[in-house]
Amino acid sequence: MKEPIIFEYDSVGRQGFTPEAAGETDIPAEWLRTDVPLMPKTSELEVVRHFTRLSQQNFSIDTQFYPLGSCTMKYNPRVCNRLAMLPQFLSRHPLGDVAHGQGFLQTMFELQEMLQIVTGMQAVSLTPMAGAQGEFAGVAMIRAYHDARGDHGRTQIIVPDAAHGTNPATATMCGCDVVEIPTARNGDIDLERLRAVVGPQTAGIMLTNPSTLGVFERQIGEIAGIVHAAGGLLYYDGANLNAILGKTMPGLMGFDVVHMNLHKTFSTPHGGGGPGSGAVGVNERLKPFLPVPFVVKEGDRYAWAAEDECPQTIGRLSAFMGNAGVLLRAYVYMRMLGAKGMVRVADFAVLNANYLMARLRDAGFDLAYPERRASHEFIISLKQIERETGVNAMDFAKALLDYGFHAPTTYFPLLVPECLLIEPTETESRHALDGFVAAMTAIRDMAYADADQVKQAPLTMTVRRLDDVRAAKQPDLVWRSGNLA
Amino acid sequence: MLAGIGVDNIADLFDEIPSNLRAEGLDAIGPALSEAEIARLMQTRARADGEPLCFIGAGAYDHYVPAAVWDIATRGEFYSAYTPYQAEASQGTLQVIYEFQTMLTSLTGLDVANASLYDGATAFAEACLMAVRANRNNKSRRILVPRAMSPVYRSVARAILAGQKIELVELPLQDGCSDSAALGAVADTEFAAVAIQNPSFLGTLEQVDVLTDWAHAQGALVIGVANPMALALLKPPGQWGADGADIACGEGQPLGIPLSSGGPYYGYMVCRQAIVRQMPGRIVGRTVDLEGNPGFTLTLQAREQHIRRSRATSNICTNQGLVATASTIYMSLMGAAGLRRVASDCNANTRALVDALCALPGISRAFPAPFFHEAVLQLDRPAAGVLAALSAQGILGGYDLAADYPELGNAILVCATETKSAADIVSYATAAAGIFGVAA
Repeated sequence: MKEPIIFEYDSVGRQGFTPEAAGETDIPAEWLRTDVPLMPKTSELEVVRHFTRLSQQNFSIDTQFYPLGSCTMKYNPRVCNRLAMLPQFLSRHPLGDVAHGQGFLQTMFELQEMLQIVTGMQAVSLTPMAGAQGEFAGVAMIRAYHDARGDHGRTQIIVPDAAHGTNPATATMCGCDVVEIPTARNGDIDLERLRAVVGPQTAGIMLTNPSTLGVFERQIGEIAGIVHAAGGLLYYDGANLNAILGKTMPGLMGFDVVHMNLHKTFSTPHGGGGPGSGAVGVNERLKPFLPVPFVVKEGDRYAWAAEDECPQTIGRLSAFMGNAGVLLRAYVYMRMLGAKGMVRVADFAVLNANYLMARLRDAGFDLAYPERRASHEFIISLKQIERETGVNAMDFAKALLDYGFHAPTTYFPLLVPECLLIEPTETESRHALDGFVAAMTAIRDMAYADADQVKQAPLTMTVRRLDDVRAAKQPDLVWRSGNLA
Repeated sequence: MLAGIGVDNIADLFDEIPSNLRAEGLDAIGPALSEAEIARLMQTRARADGEPLCFIGAGAYDHYVPAAVWDIATRGEFYSAYTPYQAEASQGTLQVIYEFQTMLTSLTGLDVANASLYDGATAFAEACLMAVRANRNNKSRRILVPRAMSPVYRSVARAILAGQKIELVELPLQDGCSDSAALGAVADTEFAAVAIQNPSFLGTLEQVDVLTDWAHAQGALVIGVANPMALALLKPPGQWGADGADIACGEGQPLGIPLSSGGPYYGYMVCRQAIVRQMPGRIVGRTVDLEGNPGFTLTLQAREQHIRRSRATSNICTNQGLVATASTIYMSLMGAAGLRRVASDCNANTRALVDALCALPGISRAFPAPFFHEAVLQLDRPAAGVLAALSAQGILGGYDLAADYPELGNAILVCATETKSAADIVSYATAAAGIFGVAA
């Protein structure tokens, strides 16, 4: 049954929660609003029931296999949430005296240190609030580095064509020009093109390794040599860090700055779109430019380092110190894994991906890079099926929902036609992976038997396929009584 | 599984990593803790931090959050879902955001809201970028920003705008408010936008109508920055001046989000319909499915990085969805009357606190302007020592303004939300009396 919009509840005069009355306002009338804002009028039970029912209309990790490539949808341990929501952590004011925050600051300090170890970098700042803000911090630090050397002409950021959209968007936000370089047929970067575009205008390069194509960039040593020799720096997009934990490190590969998506590799929840956390790590040469604040240890006390201690910092990227509650969850996760557990994460993430890739290949699906190992994710192309039946990657995605699987990432990276980017993560069982292969095979069989039936999918969700064109052409972004009647 | 892949052991799966780049494990991380061990460790640290009585605001406010808010928000189906790319399997998250957008537009008096940005400070920075893109009257890359606006919002905006050579010009402070007499001095300068924060960082109420009308007459857009809790009482940005602000943004934390050391919070952003295509971030729209039934989907995505890449309105991808979900539940529980009640209580409690403290010799109000739920107090001695002495007694007595506003002398910003009882206010006054050397 369709859940009404909360404003459609017919509950005149109800209120879900009644605060105590301490007193009335004495604010002069000229500042007061005279209308009453539109808010629900619902009892607590109605509110609880409404949002519980809405939650049940979601796929989630807790309820479905969610192999969304590049998003690392691994299990989010409940204990991480429980401990991040201890009452003293929740009630701590961000500007409170650090004398009342030593436990919290120590935890943040230790998290900084663990993230340095994992990435092989020399310093970490936890303030960026998502991957894209980590990218911003990274590129801003690269610019600040060149500017501090009087090297003002370095305004170009090199980005591979397979990169996440956030990479070029970030470069633009930082005032840089984007230079895109192609990927070679084997999934590695085209080194000749890289050599051709570097020069005195190069600020740096942004790379994800393993790349968004699900393969490890084997020439990373040469790439680092070329970019550094040209005077540029290397930025590591940590979206795929899960695949290499304890196997290699951005620091070993020659990167100068790295962001980590704590909501991917370190299992903090995605929350239907966020919050994330995009902590950044740097080597010695970028250390002076780290975003503030970060935690320092002075004797046996912990304190914030801010602008006074870091005169060359790129500044602040959040009102306080970033998504503290997310950082607490990541800390708990890392301490529970320990050194060995963290390496096992990469082991099993890569094992699961390669197993699923082999099973799909054996079932007759086309791999985008059949000669390559999968990292923690891989790509299949449905181009041939699409050509022969008209059933495309989007149809597969919708049909998978009816089998109880969230779809993989579709149509990304853009350079592989009709692609699915599949990331099973380490927390899935072999049973779940086998079930996914069976569903993919059944959908393909149906595509050849009755393509139109696949194009009807999904049939078991609360809605059928939605009209995205209408959504964009006749925007209905705010509820009003009677719209879409 | 290894046999299916055709390898002998897991190590073989990493054979594409060049041998000279191999790491030797992560031993420095240390051994694993069991769930019981990490629980004990975290509880010990949390207890050591304690729960001091908090009279600090300065951008993050201690409000009571009903139990149902986070109980529901942390249900696994909300907590562990991704961005709703597969709309048919994400109708729950999408409908919540649509309801959230509706509540925020109504609260601010504007037309269209997005699904959240990181926090109030970054929302302000994004609003500046948006205003530069959206202003059709001029090509200015200057924003007029009051000194009465949050110092950290200004600082974050400077960091984010630096690369694009957008300049913040300061509108001076007079008696705790923006000095409208100083507008004449900048009347010949073109601005993409004029920012107005109401209530200001210092708690005061600004001349929003005068400032808005002046900005529009200059061809500038108006960015209204507002504490959304205050908007339960105060005239919303959409009703400022003759035409209203063009963009409103701010910190969503007061609406159901715990203080939690500064995050995760969420930034909200709302704008007029005419400039929605310059808005950053995700937006949810209602549409129909192929049977004509209503449903929800992400829309106007041609603004976003995954489509537009280097020409996107922003690089934002992940936002603060779960926090916005909690906030939607909070607003649903409170209703308009509940929000108004909380806002009124905050105003009354801060007045009571100010009266109690200003009864002591050595403490007085810094300026007479009306305030919402924060006020600046002038002290007869350095604030740092006073706040440290209060802290030692378990009271966070306010925010020291010395670093941000040295011109105010020994001054603190205090706040008493609806969570503070009359007894709490007496506790503060008694402790302050002891420090200032008088009997309470």
